[in-house]
Amino acid sequence: MIAGLVLRSLDRGALAFLATLAAIGVLVPVLNLALPATSPFHLSSYFVAVFGKYLCYALLALSIDLIWGYCGILSLGHGAFFALGGYAMGMYLMRQIGTRGVYAHPVLPDFMVFLNWPELPIYWYGFQHFAYAAFMVLFVPGLLAFVFGWFAFRSRVTGVYLSIITQALTFALMLGFFRNNFGFGGNNGLTDFKDILGFNVQAPGTRAALFVSSTLALMLGFIICRVIVSSKFGKVLVAIRDAEARTRFLGYRVEAYKLFVFTLSACMAGVAGALYVPQVGIINPSEFSPGNSIEAVIWVAVGGRGTLTGAVLGAVLVNYGKTYFTSGVLAPYWLFVLGGLFVAVTLLLPRGIVGTIQHHWREWRERRRITAGVPYAAPRPAE
Amino acid sequence: MRAFSDRFIALVCALGVLAVLMTGARAGPYEDGLLRFTADSFDETIEGINTVATSGNALAAQVIGALQEGRLLFSANEKRVFVREPPDRLIDAASGQPVAGSAPSDLAPVRLNNRLRRIVEAALGGLTLMAPDAGKRFEAAQAVLKSKDANALGALDQAIPRETDARVKQALIEARAAVVLYLDNAPDADKIDAIAVIRQRGDQDALALLGGLPASASPPVKKGAADAIASIESGLAFWSALQNAWYGLSLGSVLLLAAIGLAITFGVMGVINMAHGEMVMLGAYTTFVVQQLIRAHNPALFDYSLAIAIPLAFLVAGFVGILIERGIICFLYGRPLETLLATWGLSLILQQGVRTIFGPTNKDVGNPSWMSGSFDLGQITITYNRLWIIVFTLLIFMGLLALLRFTRFGLEMRAVTQNRAMAASMGIRTSRIDALTFGLGSGIAGLAGVALSQIDNVSPNLGQGYIIDSFMVVVFGGVGNLWGTLVGAFTLGIANKFLEPYAGAVLAKIAILVLIILFIQKRPRGLFALKGRAVEA
Repeated sequence: MIAGLVLRSLDRGALAFLATLAAIGVLVPVLNLALPATSPFHLSSYFVAVFGKYLCYALLALSIDLIWGYCGILSLGHGAFFALGGYAMGMYLMRQIGTRGVYAHPVLPDFMVFLNWPELPIYWYGFQHFAYAAFMVLFVPGLLAFVFGWFAFRSRVTGVYLSIITQALTFALMLGFFRNNFGFGGNNGLTDFKDILGFNVQAPGTRAALFVSSTLALMLGFIICRVIVSSKFGKVLVAIRDAEARTRFLGYRVEAYKLFVFTLSACMAGVAGALYVPQVGIINPSEFSPGNSIEAVIWVAVGGRGTLTGAVLGAVLVNYGKTYFTSGVLAPYWLFVLGGLFVAVTLLLPRGIVGTIQHHWREWRERRRITAGVPYAAPRPAE
Repeated sequence: MRAFSDRFIALVCALGVLAVLMTGARAGPYEDGLLRFTADSFDETIEGINTVATSGNALAAQVIGALQEGRLLFSANEKRVFVREPPDRLIDAASGQPVAGSAPSDLAPVRLNNRLRRIVEAALGGLTLMAPDAGKRFEAAQAVLKSKDANALGALDQAIPRETDARVKQALIEARAAVVLYLDNAPDADKIDAIAVIRQRGDQDALALLGGLPASASPPVKKGAADAIASIESGLAFWSALQNAWYGLSLGSVLLLAAIGLAITFGVMGVINMAHGEMVMLGAYTTFVVQQLIRAHNPALFDYSLAIAIPLAFLVAGFVGILIERGIICFLYGRPLETLLATWGLSLILQQGVRTIFGPTNKDVGNPSWMSGSFDLGQITITYNRLWIIVFTLLIFMGLLALLRFTRFGLEMRAVTQNRAMAASMGIRTSRIDALTFGLGSGIAGLAGVALSQIDNVSPNLGQGYIIDSFMVVVFGGVGNLWGTLVGAFTLGIANKFLEPYAGAVLAKIAILVLIILFIQKRPRGLFALKGRAVEA
């Protein structure tokens, strides 16, 4: 049944997209590992690490696109779920360091020894097991999103109000994680990782494996999103986006729909964060900063919201631009470019790159259909 | 006992006479005391210190000060004492005149040990109790209050009747009470009187004095002290609550300043202006530029720099605001989420622009003389800059209320806020009102920048620190009602400051954010929500 659902949800574009992702997931590690460094087709480990990071961002963008593009929930705090997932993974990686830390304490991470903590806090228990950490990667962001969304959607906080309080949420978390007595390494966060599942984090093989995992996670996330938005459930989401009051009057439990999709999206963001941390080697409270979350929203806007593929494309393109700009003499101008991107996309390209292409494609098809004599009325939002 | 008191009276009389005859006196107790320094024995030196300190000679303070710093030299052969002044100059301690000719060959510093150092300090404290400068006397009295040194009692008894400055006199009396309280052989009645005096003082020092009473004190004294402690503590709790309220008011006024412009633009246009914080920053940088120009061209005008900066900041920020509205926001009406993103982008550009022009470091914006300093009100300290900012904020608030209530522009603005379509049908040019409103809101943010430049670091990130707090105020207070913003700002400010002593600054902030998130559940449209059909639109 599930297979049928999945197959039905994937149109030609989606299949092409998945195939591209799969090709990247196979080609990049092969070109990195199998070819000698002298070969013109060889990809450096740096490239693998950076591109793997982009893929995690793409998954985050996908999770934002699911709620913003299809349900009209603009979360300015999705970075919080990303960072929470990252912290859960970071805690696992910290526990794996063991006696190889500076203080060589068998249980306590270095920063706890440094701060004279007598023993491991209860919420750190169990993180030495990968399965538990992996569960927490999904559970913690999901729980926070569930509780937060339950309060927010039940009392019908919508639009900019919701955006502002999600921003306040991530801001509050940032302030909290900056504190040393929170037990998450304070200002410095968690870093200096050694092993993941027994493999050295720095080794090229591990990096390639992480890259493949990121690709797989992104493909899986994409398929889940596709299944949701092309099902009847997805149609209700779009209805909520376009006319929330009418959908409610039609008898749909708007809150339940929103809550489900918001929680799911938070879990996806958590997974993205968890894959991100071993690839960049650090997680610290600045990941919670409101600026990061808004930046993630602009990736979606650039690519085109409500398109899924656009979110992925936008995340990769904007971050490639960021890497390009901030690593050269152009560094001081990156913020001008980013700021300009915000303004230009909202003013000139409200559909985003993929959205605009799709729009023109549909118009072209419609014109052909009309010339062929088939009447077609495009659906319009109610409000 | 009788003989002692007689002798004491005689000594006091002698001191009084000496004080009158100060310059004329030759071989008196002062010279006698100086002579003891030449004996090179600790016991003799103690005698010398006490004699010199109580001699009333004008040079006494100088001599004891020199002794403390190791600059007091003696010649055992010539039985003379000298003070070495910093650039290698010798002064005869007896006459105060520079030494003519060559110095004695066997000069050696008068030696001190720890016991003597304490005695020297006490003696100096006693001496400065009679210094000509009232500020010095006050400080000396405070020092005695802390040291509770029994040796100072004589000096205090002399100084109190002669004191003319009421504040210093009070301090002297309190210092005397502290000494008496810790004197082993003082009668209980005196000690209880002393407790009453200290209780009157009613601050942390008083608490420390009463709390540190030795266990050997008699029961009535202990009971009196315990009563006084209880009364002082309740007094202190009251003052600390008042101090917190004051800090809260101050923070609230800052929040109000930052949020009020936001409340206007959000209320009228439903537009979340993420670049609002940058308008505040522009105002602060305008102040900086004005002060730089004044420093360069006409330093005499520095005290008026804020008066010049206020209209300029309003114009600069207001002009930029109108540009933003005409250039970007007017294309995005009806799409609040896109507006939010576009203005965020704008804020990045403005920040980076200022960083490029002025550099990333904090800029030094000075306080004019009338804004620096502070005064004490009871036990709380009130700084002038905070006070002026509260006054300034309230003035702006009232000005804005008047503008909304009594001018045509205000009327039209209110009409557009309540029902845009209806207002447009009545012939109000809503787009013009939008632009002007946005300009007004941004201009007020610029004014906030002038005020914040006086208490915060002026850096490109200035606005970032306030934007989330301002949003919280607007969301909490409700949209479209300035009173809501006022109540919201002061509630948040005061709540924050009252939570801080228990939870620390960061946790207090988190608690406030969580409380607001919960509050929004209860009242999604804020404290003072607009009612009516327009709300759901």
